[in-house]
Amino acid sequence: MKGNEVIAEAAIKAGCRHYFGYPITPQTEISETLAKRMPKVGGLCMQAESEIAAINMVLGAASSGKRVLTSSSSPGLSLKSEGISYIVGSDVPCVIVNVQRAGPGLGGIQPGQADYYQATRAMGHGDMHIVVLAPASIQEVADMTMEAFDIADIYRTPVMILADGALGQMMEPVDFEAREAREIPEKTWAACGHQNKRAHNIVNSLYIEPEALEKIILERYERYNEIAEKEVKYEEYLTEDADIVIVAFGIAARIARTAVNKARAEGIKAGLLRPITLWPFPEKKLLSLSDTAKSFLAVELNMGQMVNDVKLAVENKKPVEFYGRTGGMLPSVDEVYEKLKEMSAKL
Amino acid sequence: MIVFDKPHALTDVPFHYCPGCTHGIVHRLVAEVIDELECEGRTVGIAPVGCSVFAYNYFNCDMIEAPHGRAPAVATGVKRANPENVVFTYQGDGDLAAIGTAETVHAAARGENITIIFINNAIYGMTGGQMAPTTLPGQVSTTSPYGRDPKIQGTPIRICEMLSTLDGTAYAERVSVDSVKNIKAAKKAIKKAFETQVAGKGFSIVEVLSTCPTNWGKTPEQALEWLRSDMMPYYPLGVYKDTTKEGE
Repeated sequence: MKGNEVIAEAAIKAGCRHYFGYPITPQTEISETLAKRMPKVGGLCMQAESEIAAINMVLGAASSGKRVLTSSSSPGLSLKSEGISYIVGSDVPCVIVNVQRAGPGLGGIQPGQADYYQATRAMGHGDMHIVVLAPASIQEVADMTMEAFDIADIYRTPVMILADGALGQMMEPVDFEAREAREIPEKTWAACGHQNKRAHNIVNSLYIEPEALEKIILERYERYNEIAEKEVKYEEYLTEDADIVIVAFGIAARIARTAVNKARAEGIKAGLLRPITLWPFPEKKLLSLSDTAKSFLAVELNMGQMVNDVKLAVENKKPVEFYGRTGGMLPSVDEVYEKLKEMSAKL
Repeated sequence: MIVFDKPHALTDVPFHYCPGCTHGIVHRLVAEVIDELECEGRTVGIAPVGCSVFAYNYFNCDMIEAPHGRAPAVATGVKRANPENVVFTYQGDGDLAAIGTAETVHAAARGENITIIFINNAIYGMTGGQMAPTTLPGQVSTTSPYGRDPKIQGTPIRICEMLSTLDGTAYAERVSVDSVKNIKAAKKAIKKAFETQVAGKGFSIVEVLSTCPTNWGKTPEQALEWLRSDMMPYYPLGVYKDTTKEGE
């Protein structure tokens, strides 16, 4: 199955019955698949009048306690960012997919990873984070889409699947049953009608008293700390004895892995650390790797964004270099290998 | 014998509204209707951004506070998630007719089975008296200090007239709360709008001509007079769309 179709199917498997979106390349198959599938499972796939309306429909449906999905691609995420900030500020869980294309502006429709900063730093105004998951295979697209709904509900936070145009369009076999569901707390906070059985629930992000707002934000950051403690995920490949550790996520990590194999065949001790959660970032793991690795190389489909998180994580203990292509271009295995060779000569 | 009581659908939180502001009247009318329809337990209200942003503290039903202008989209999400809910938005003119125009028009076009209470006082209240999409030609505001000039700032939007052209709109009426007679008519309209939704007949909106003495620079009494003399001729009261009897 295609990555985009897998996202749609995995959302249904996870119990999501409400999807709100707006067409944009290269993720439109998510909407198209759900438009076919949702009516068959008693769900709703609604095409909104804009990305802005779609994310606010998410706010409404998710506030009433449902599992809700929206998806878009880079320019659409800029439009959704207002709503995402309100959703964070209201502690409402939901799942947001960004099948990234190249930017800025309309940019291009080929794959990119240039929304890393937006996803991990500035997905909305205010003191906030969202959880960002970066799949690198179609099986991971399936697993992470389902897991995203659990993480969202457990921590009352939006969770983003940060994919790219390549993963969205790529086809690989997939098993939807490979995952264990987690325990989900009851949504006692939901605005779904009090049925004269409880006080009214208010889903809200406005706190006019600074003391009250600070308290709410501090409580939310305690949850962020818990997420950083429990939910960090990464994959290691030949890092144990590696002189050079490549750090790459998503589609870039697949290219990097092949480049590591090529380098090993040529006697260069390279390895790969693939962050699976981009926020929280596997900074502790990177710091510990800086004891054994001699240098790091971030490989990205952008002009260098995650590389700065790698630098922060290794605390200047070892040099951190960067190789990337942008504008919808993919780095080739040979290009990454040449960069490894150049770094190896400096060791 | 009880001659006057607070509707159950209103909380005990004191309103923060300025003297002479008509939000309090409209809140009460909405709450009376919720009481009369005995639907508080299944009602979800959507508060806007504007003077009535704190509506979530005043209504006893479940409430959600929406981003500026997005209340009809939030209401759509709530209604589609739980169709048995009675869902209303309460929005001002900046919220509904400027930043939220697209959300308003498309909720109506979809025939979204929700109710919108639209407060038109021809000015931005909360931010301190700026020009609204419903500010009248010649009307002075802090951002039209020489009076709104249609050549520069365009002409005011008549929302009920505009939405009545859409097939999805089941019921659209403009009312006023400047007199006892009109307040009674306003309540009747709000009740009809809620009943339209409960019967599953589609999108309903009640536009309420309201006063903003503070930002109009008038006493409450002068404000009521200005509403009658200047607003009503531009925004005539009446039913602009009613398809609720069709098919009966």
